[in-house]
Amino acid sequence: MKKLINDPEDVTREQLEGLALAHPDLLEVHFDPTFVKARQAPEAGKVAILSGGGSGHEPMHAGYVGRGMLDAACPGQVFTSPTPDQMLEAGKAVAGGRGILQIVKNYTGDVMNFQMAADLLREEGIAVRNIVIDDDVAVKDSTYTAGRRGTGTTVIAEKICGAAAVAGYDLDRLAQLCRRVNLRGKSMGMALTSCIVPQNGRPTFEIGEDEIEIGIGIHGEPGVERIGIETADAITEILAGHILDDGPYARTLTEWDPDRDDWVEVEVVDETLVKGDRLIALVNGMGGTPLSELYTVYARLHALVEASGMSIVRRLIGPYMTSLEMQGISITLVKADDELLRLFDAPVHTAGLRWGC
Amino acid sequence: MLTVLTHRQVIVWIERTAEVMKANRDTLTELDAAIGDADHGNNMDRGYQAAVAKLPGDETDVGAILRSLSMALISKVGGAAGPLYGTFFLQASNALKGRTELTEADVERLLETGIDGVMMRGKAQAGEKTMLDALIPARDAFATARGRGASLTDCLEAATEAAGQGMRATIPMIATKGRASYLGERSRGHQDPGATSSYLILKTLTEIAQEGRTAS
Repeated sequence: MKKLINDPEDVTREQLEGLALAHPDLLEVHFDPTFVKARQAPEAGKVAILSGGGSGHEPMHAGYVGRGMLDAACPGQVFTSPTPDQMLEAGKAVAGGRGILQIVKNYTGDVMNFQMAADLLREEGIAVRNIVIDDDVAVKDSTYTAGRRGTGTTVIAEKICGAAAVAGYDLDRLAQLCRRVNLRGKSMGMALTSCIVPQNGRPTFEIGEDEIEIGIGIHGEPGVERIGIETADAITEILAGHILDDGPYARTLTEWDPDRDDWVEVEVVDETLVKGDRLIALVNGMGGTPLSELYTVYARLHALVEASGMSIVRRLIGPYMTSLEMQGISITLVKADDELLRLFDAPVHTAGLRWGC
Repeated sequence: MLTVLTHRQVIVWIERTAEVMKANRDTLTELDAAIGDADHGNNMDRGYQAAVAKLPGDETDVGAILRSLSMALISKVGGAAGPLYGTFFLQASNALKGRTELTEADVERLLETGIDGVMMRGKAQAGEKTMLDALIPARDAFATARGRGASLTDCLEAATEAAGQGMRATIPMIATKGRASYLGERSRGHQDPGATSSYLILKTLTEIAQEGRTAS
């Protein structure tokens, strides 16, 4: 293992110490339990947006704490969900009297830890809603697996919901908005190489010199197939094909029902992409992919989308949701409308995303 | 013949399990590396060390002792195992509130309520290659033994034997819950790490009961 680290046990803490020193105008980092809080939070009269997940995906999520996006992020150990005590303390620190929306990626550990956190926050008298992002079309089946994983749509959802909270949306409306972004977002990734979790010291999976994994998850979970290396154009066509051709995906998600005062199973179905759609695109690098390759992919993606009678009206190109030093990419397409575009365009100032201010 | 577990023995159970998790840290992590994300041994070790550090040593209420264990596991284990084991002991602690010692019926209640909590939190059933595949057979074997009028130690021995069989029975199973589920067919041929840690926890309790029997 060759890494720019000190003690492998300290990687999460040390990068957060760096983040705090680099961006004191935007955020504060707390330890024991660990959470990152926006400098100006809590803001009275605004729903607080909280997210989190395993570390190793930087800039997600701590890099999206600031103004116009997340009020708090709870980083876990590398690729390990954060724990409910983190979200409890983060939530208490940022709640501004109108409740908390927790944006949760669909991984078994994350979903359960954020549910327990929501229960604990409610005991403190704070209204909480959890919305799960499950947008990875590489997972075809939700009956025999834990369902689609949460990937690139999370970044778009955090941006849009952060702006909506600033615009004064209440908790109900924010939960609906976040769910709508999830049902309109689809992603698919691929890897050329594995990554090494510092504490493990070994590659998460083995992959041949001339092999690639199509449909990889952001922790190196297996994808749909392993094939020989292809050109950037061919790989883009495979990923975009899975996304553009994805049929309606029905699954059951667990959400909090404030009327019944209990967790309930909600059956939801994705929207499919159709001719005429305006899209927000994310061409995401997994950590070890040069920007030049991401733009090469974007060129082909742009042409493919146009050829399908749709158009990309906003785009993010860069490492927004990484898997340590993995070489690879993911593509995310979110079906937009005027409301989503207005919120996407609203000012944001975080370490990982900034425009309009 | 051992008829009850004292609050002191419950504390020893937690301390001893911490040693067992440390000793089995690499084994559990290797099992997890095959079908998960290679952190189960590290996480359980960290969680149980934290539980021991927070143990209310002079507490006599078993419910309070188990609640302290639950809170430590919830905050220190992480992943999926943290909330699952945390919920197991939280539910058990609610059911055993105020008890200073545990009878056969209490231990059966501990298993029952704990398992119900895990099933609720994890939305899982038997046969999905999870900790439930060790825990459910253990609960059933315990209840059967108790129905026969067996002693507490004999009930626990039957439970641990069933948990061991259940743990080994996860090897040919296909995972349908958790991160291993994405492997589909490729999850076959590996023993589930969660079922393994559950077996170790029960085995440790059984050994404490056996020592109690020898001593008496």
